Amino acid sequence: MIRSEILKEIAPILNPHLVVCNIGLPSQELHMIDDNERNFYMLGTMGLSSSIGFGLALAQDKPVISIDGDGSVLTNLGTLPTIANNATGNYTLLIIDNGSYGSTGDQPTYAGQKTSLAAVATACGCENVIEVQDKDLGPVLQSAIDSDEMTIIVCKCDSGNIKLPVITLDPVVIRHRFMEAVKA
Amino acid sequence: MNIDKKIADDLVANDVSFVTTVPCKQLAGVIEEIDQRDDIFHIPSNKEDEGMGLCAGAFMGGKRPAIIMQNTAIGVTINTLATLTQFYRMPLPMIISYRGELREPVACQVEMAVHTKALLAQLNIPTYHFHWQKDVEEFDNILKYTFMCNKPVAILTDANFWGGYGDQ
Repeated sequence: MIRSEILKEIAPILNPHLVVCNIGLPSQELHMIDDNERNFYMLGTMGLSSSIGFGLALAQDKPVISIDGDGSVLTNLGTLPTIANNATGNYTLLIIDNGSYGSTGDQPTYAGQKTSLAAVATACGCENVIEVQDKDLGPVLQSAIDSDEMTIIVCKCDSGNIKLPVITLDPVVIRHRFMEAVKA
Repeated sequence: MNIDKKIADDLVANDVSFVTTVPCKQLAGVIEEIDQRDDIFHIPSNKEDEGMGLCAGAFMGGKRPAIIMQNTAIGVTINTLATLTQFYRMPLPMIISYRGELREPVACQVEMAVHTKALLAQLNIPTYHFHWQKDVEEFDNILKYTFMCNKPVAILTDANFWGGYGDQ
């Protein structure tokens, strides 16, 4: 499965919850599949989906899912110790690991070679790290959200993209409607 | 006047309850003070752009955030300031140790100091410079201004403000 197929499959699981979605194609795909006010689309700032979602989870009680990619996590590896050492049960980090920088032309990442992001997260002190194959993600994600324990999911999948337009929503609109959803 | 205590008091008085820090020797006292406050959740960051991401999330979660860091971080965080904090119009008080200014003993720090105000000006970030201890009296107003206008705001605090760095 490629990332857009995975997002289609898990969209009903994500829908009731606050989702912070990674820059580029992941946000464009989620926007196309199930645009709603509980999605925070990153229009820039590669690497910070994990940190933004974690700050949000620390600041309020609702479940938060950060959707990140292997390339983006590699950009901001330093946040994994921060997340591990301040763990909060309402946070789930979903790393869709297709071993490539999808939004920039599928250049290979080190996560598709020798580097295991699950092993990195574990070494950083994250206690519930699950590596899962794409077709098995749904139930794993649902139980991570339902659980009181913070979970890091590394979902291994195929590299590949679909063609779709950029998000033209104004960033302040995305932020405002998301904050209203947080308060609701 | 205890400037560490005054800064922490003003943060609490302005409902700033989520503070992330990347340390600097000059900032050790204020970081320790903040760490001891029950009204403030203190979360150290490993890098300043990570910290700005945490602050963005905390703000959207209903908390007023702040970041404490060194001026070298301006070199690290320009993309995050432009494409996250400014693009989405989020408030962020940045209490910045202004290394490389008067009474600085480490020559390399001057290399970023000479760019600091120019970079902040290029980003249209409102910038205040605390040189004398009495300058801290403005901190409360700066916090109110930051959360009024939903912008990142820089407060540069130099070695003279903190009482010298290694020369006393």
